[in-house]
Amino acid sequence: MSDPKIDGLELKPGFKGMADDTGSDQTMFKGVHWGKAMMWIFLLSDTFIFSCFLISYMKGRGSTLVDWPNASEVFGLHVFGVEVPLLLIAIMTFVLITSSGTMALAVKYGYEKNRKMCGWLILATAIGGLIFVGMQAFEWSKLISEGVRPWENPFGAKQFGSFFFMITGFHGTHVSIGVIFLFIYAYKTFAGHYDDRKRGWFTSMKGDYVEIEILGLYWHFVDLVWVFIFAFFYLW
Amino acid sequence: MSETKEKEQSTTHKIGIYLWIWGLLFVLSFFSYMVDWYQFQGMLRWSLILVFMFAKAGLIMAFFMHLYWERYALVNVLLWPMTAIACFIFLMVAEFEYTVFTRLFYFVVGG
Repeated sequence: MSDPKIDGLELKPGFKGMADDTGSDQTMFKGVHWGKAMMWIFLLSDTFIFSCFLISYMKGRGSTLVDWPNASEVFGLHVFGVEVPLLLIAIMTFVLITSSGTMALAVKYGYEKNRKMCGWLILATAIGGLIFVGMQAFEWSKLISEGVRPWENPFGAKQFGSFFFMITGFHGTHVSIGVIFLFIYAYKTFAGHYDDRKRGWFTSMKGDYVEIEILGLYWHFVDLVWVFIFAFFYLW
Repeated sequence: MSETKEKEQSTTHKIGIYLWIWGLLFVLSFFSYMVDWYQFQGMLRWSLILVFMFAKAGLIMAFFMHLYWERYALVNVLLWPMTAIACFIFLMVAEFEYTVFTRLFYFVVGG
């Protein structure tokens, strides 16, 4: 969240403020930490990558004359003798939203300098992400054992496999990288690096709880992408 | 002292807002799962999926990613490029319709 007051300079709100910020011959994103601005720019470029994947999926699915596999059957699970559609995907969605909520709270407690609470919530987020990746690995191995390949599958249109592995694989990679960073930041939080303003490993920047918000932006983005994948790939 | 206190207030929000958004996200996800559970078809299915998707995406971006509280300079830099993606979607819809047409015309009808 931008700090509206900077060195006695009163910033105007709304579009007038935007015009002033942009034309101010100084830093454009006033009150925004540079790391946060750069994370947003990175996320914007990542948005374009995922959009390209989803648009190519739309194009592939829309232009094939063969029936597309029925997602609610393909991703259904057989539990206690009942066929439940999309069960695993629904659980994965709820796990990811849970971890997104704990991350949002971690950012809040970080800014309140509540070290313990912040650390535990980041750890909870990391474990949520780990569960998600685990379930995705299960889903992949299940589909592979059923004969789904990037070039063929027993359910319908051949393109299904390549889009599935590409899109969920790329998203899963993002989650995995996020989990690694969540564990690192949980350690750094518990160790008090943000209270002591200790410098990082690869940077001369002094530790600050804004780093938790930057990490949170990445994690929420991963959740955001899943919202779109869930809607377009699994539900559509 | 009062100045630093004021500054801290501007960077954190009450826990209630996060819990509300969290709860809403769960409810919306549940609804979008119900779309599949009850096997709605056709326009109803697609419109419901899109409504729940955009509601969830908007809530996450506005409150969890704090865009609602950011200055317009940042918000607009992030959101306007999305129109390029919208254009791209529009172009590719035209493209896949054309591909389907040619496939039907040459493979099925036989040219």
